[in-house]
Amino acid sequence: MSEHDRQAPADGARTHAPLDTVRRAHDTPGERQPYAELGMKTDEYERVRAILGRRPTGSELAIYSVMWSEHCSYKSSKVHLRQFGTKAPASDALLVGMGENAGVVDVGDGWAATFKIESHNHPSYVEPHQGAATGVGGIVRDIMSMGARPVAVMDALRFGAADAPDTRRVLPGVVEGISHYGNCLGLPNIGGEVVFDPCYIGNPLVNALCVGLLRKDQIKLATAPGPGNKVVLFGALTGPDGIGGASVLASATFEDESHAKRPSVQVGDPFMEKLLIECCLELYQADVVVGIQDLGAAGVSCATTELAAKGTGGMNVRLDLVPLRDPSLRPEEILMSESQERMMAVVAPDDIDAFMAICSRWDIPATVIGEVTDGGRLVMTWHGETIVDIPPGTAADEGPVYERPFHEPAGQAALNADDPARLPRPADLRAALLELLGSPNVASKEWVTSQYDRYVRGNTVLAQPADAGVLRIGEIMPGAEETTRGIALATDGNGRYARLDPYAGAQLALAEAYRNVAVTGAKPLAVTNCLNFGSPEDPEVMWQFAEATRGLADACKILGVPVTGGNVSFYNQTGSTPIHPTPVVGVLGVIDDVAGRVRSGFSGVGDQVVLLGETAEEFGGSEWAHVAHGHLGGLPPRANLEAERDLALVLTEAASQGLLTGSHDLSDGGLAVALAEACLAQGVGCTVSLPDGDAFVNLFSESSARALVTVAPESFEAFAALCAAHEVPCRRLGVTGGAALAVEDVLEIPVAELRETHTATLPGIFG
Amino acid sequence: MSAARVGVVTFPGTLDDQDAARAVRHAGGEAVPLWHADPDLKGVDAVFLPGGFSYGDYLRCGAISRFAPLMEELIPAARAGLPVLGTCNGFQILCEAHLLPGALMRNAGLHYVCRDQGIRVENTATPWTSDFTEGQEIVLPIKHGEGRYVADEETLSALEARGGVVFRYIGGNPNGSLNDIAGIRNEAGNIVGLMPHPEHAIEDLTGAPSTDGRGFFSSILKKLVNL
Repeated sequence: MSEHDRQAPADGARTHAPLDTVRRAHDTPGERQPYAELGMKTDEYERVRAILGRRPTGSELAIYSVMWSEHCSYKSSKVHLRQFGTKAPASDALLVGMGENAGVVDVGDGWAATFKIESHNHPSYVEPHQGAATGVGGIVRDIMSMGARPVAVMDALRFGAADAPDTRRVLPGVVEGISHYGNCLGLPNIGGEVVFDPCYIGNPLVNALCVGLLRKDQIKLATAPGPGNKVVLFGALTGPDGIGGASVLASATFEDESHAKRPSVQVGDPFMEKLLIECCLELYQADVVVGIQDLGAAGVSCATTELAAKGTGGMNVRLDLVPLRDPSLRPEEILMSESQERMMAVVAPDDIDAFMAICSRWDIPATVIGEVTDGGRLVMTWHGETIVDIPPGTAADEGPVYERPFHEPAGQAALNADDPARLPRPADLRAALLELLGSPNVASKEWVTSQYDRYVRGNTVLAQPADAGVLRIGEIMPGAEETTRGIALATDGNGRYARLDPYAGAQLALAEAYRNVAVTGAKPLAVTNCLNFGSPEDPEVMWQFAEATRGLADACKILGVPVTGGNVSFYNQTGSTPIHPTPVVGVLGVIDDVAGRVRSGFSGVGDQVVLLGETAEEFGGSEWAHVAHGHLGGLPPRANLEAERDLALVLTEAASQGLLTGSHDLSDGGLAVALAEACLAQGVGCTVSLPDGDAFVNLFSESSARALVTVAPESFEAFAALCAAHEVPCRRLGVTGGAALAVEDVLEIPVAELRETHTATLPGIFG
Repeated sequence: MSAARVGVVTFPGTLDDQDAARAVRHAGGEAVPLWHADPDLKGVDAVFLPGGFSYGDYLRCGAISRFAPLMEELIPAARAGLPVLGTCNGFQILCEAHLLPGALMRNAGLHYVCRDQGIRVENTATPWTSDFTEGQEIVLPIKHGEGRYVADEETLSALEARGGVVFRYIGGNPNGSLNDIAGIRNEAGNIVGLMPHPEHAIEDLTGAPSTDGRGFFSSILKKLVNL
């Protein structure tokens, strides 16, 4: 039989071909190998042959094919992502930057936060429940592998039109997957987004974020130093889950046969992951871990090559010692398996007994499968025969790098020329607001978020629908009782803005997340991002990607917040139609005294309602144009980053002085939606009058760098002075109180009616 | 005298043990960690079985936990009068262990529900509810997928007749529980189980927008101090 048949065993009876050893590879240099089926290009395969000086064995081919896949190697994005480093602003807060499992940020008082967002888009389309669940599981293990206790999760979700039949299949499954996995894990879900747009039909986006906390001197890294140290695989057994998932699923465009790929999606066991979290924390506490890496995409291949490449350069692994759930697995399959809930640690020989005892207390299977060497080679054996012998760096770090061609999309100029100024404006602004408030993107997401536990572990200060999630650090972990600090997190991203102008769209995503953190009173510190795009082989998509990364890097520099890590998801397209470019940006901030956090919306009666920032006529990509006219054209709002920075300074300073009684950012749907949401927060109405000019523009424009705050009357003077000092436009609109949202001479809507409209939509669609 | 000692049990997969221990400490008690595999109760004065997904709840919620070594000690001690509170998964375990009647089934809406829920205190004659007043309306968070209380007709009417219902949902039944039951007690009154989470409602800054959970902990500590 041919090599091809052997590499891709048929269902049913499995014929065991002769083991493809290094010796055999030497002896049969001309044997045809299925590199193309594994997603490898001919020149990439030839490069492997050149590196090894012979053809790779089947196991080596498995390693190189997954490690050089787009998903693992970032081969199309690398040249653009470098800007996040070269343009990075100086930051005292950054402890670990890009390139590790997750970035680490100093949050003060000896504590550090680690956070990252990652996509699980394709698996979530194929099998929504398990795809989304394992997305949460994967990002949580990234955070664990930094030495941290995971303390919260968030999810940025994008679906096709809310009433599309496939959305009714995908959304409930995704939400249930996140709910089941995250809830069983005991991690509060404190925020995120749910956005609907027809462009995501067939390509939903499931971006999961996790944040963890650790002592700043206890950071763990993925490294395997010290010859003689043991390599331990622990956690779940290895089965035939997601074999080839990294390359088959994450790096190939979907066509009609996607359901045939179902077996490639991994299956999650949140109970095992919960045990793994507690077990790892005890291992860290006992100081018996030299280096650690989670097993995610590319499983054992990735963990061994990356650990070895970052250590002393060598590792011997006995692959036949990997504990299996399915004993018929072949070495190539073991290397590619994406079975969940597994970790790999490097442990000093003297600590092995202590390590094993802790694993056994948590009923976690743990097996020594190899040891660190100084040979500079990653060598794997299978029942005594050598099947892998490679320089690990060539697989882990020296993958191909592509300078993909890019150019502006053919229709871009026409799209930008289609100014929303031509759209008919509503005569009835009351009806316009209610229509917007009940539209799926603006409507209450409670149908989704009430399926997530936001309270577990007892440190949740703010959670959805607040602008940002806020956690108290003080009681998260033993030893932290002294600190009064908290962390705030928000994710944002507007695909319509990015479609109109990917450079500005990425900046606006950052600006909104940054603003959402600042409105709680926290100082924004650092950034993570998940860049969701179509195929990098399409020069028009690549242009969007190049523009978005350039925009984000430039904006991070201006706002002084470095990118700490993130993830790129390409091939989000059906046929030749890509999704809107969707950079999702997460911002982490710190608040010195978490008790001074500012809640979203109106809380008391008689507070001054104040609008901060400048409003211009900006309707390109707006929620109003989308809902009222299904229109996408023109240019997005201007990203005014200097104004964002000044606004954030005012918000955090005012919060620390206790001047604010409530605070909410302006974004989708502009001032009108912000006022309605502020009323809905605690059922307190307001009476306001609009600034001079067109009422429609004042209410629905989506100009950036704006916020709505409330201030006690006696604090207003001090607050206005603070705004003046930072040159932030500040305008008193009216006062809080009453049972209605009243905009003088324009509209009046009872809060009960707002609530009815706001809450009915999603249950009406999803049951 | 030394603080009253309340044991907080951790099974593999227990999630709210941190919160439970914190709530005990905030009320002035000593929280004593009890591990599922421990063969003894460390001489505690009361026991809190917190929520979570013990053993993954893969078979049936609480079905495996009841056989844990610690439960061998806890079950007879509870029958002999040791005050025991089970919330959420802890309530499910108490039912599986037959320390409380009835069972908790999948929510009527088939979804996990996390929300701040109105609850009426129906019975204050337990060591966990004595600081409330009968008929008092409180707010506590609920967060569960399997909280629909069911029992056969005979058990249910007996339960109602003896004042066994300690808490009822108000302002909407979130899970389809019979008679809006949110929590119950055993005949002696020392064992109480409920789906809502008092341990998430003890601080102004964090958790639910209420501190009504404090009443549970002040009740038990007063009871233990006055023994």
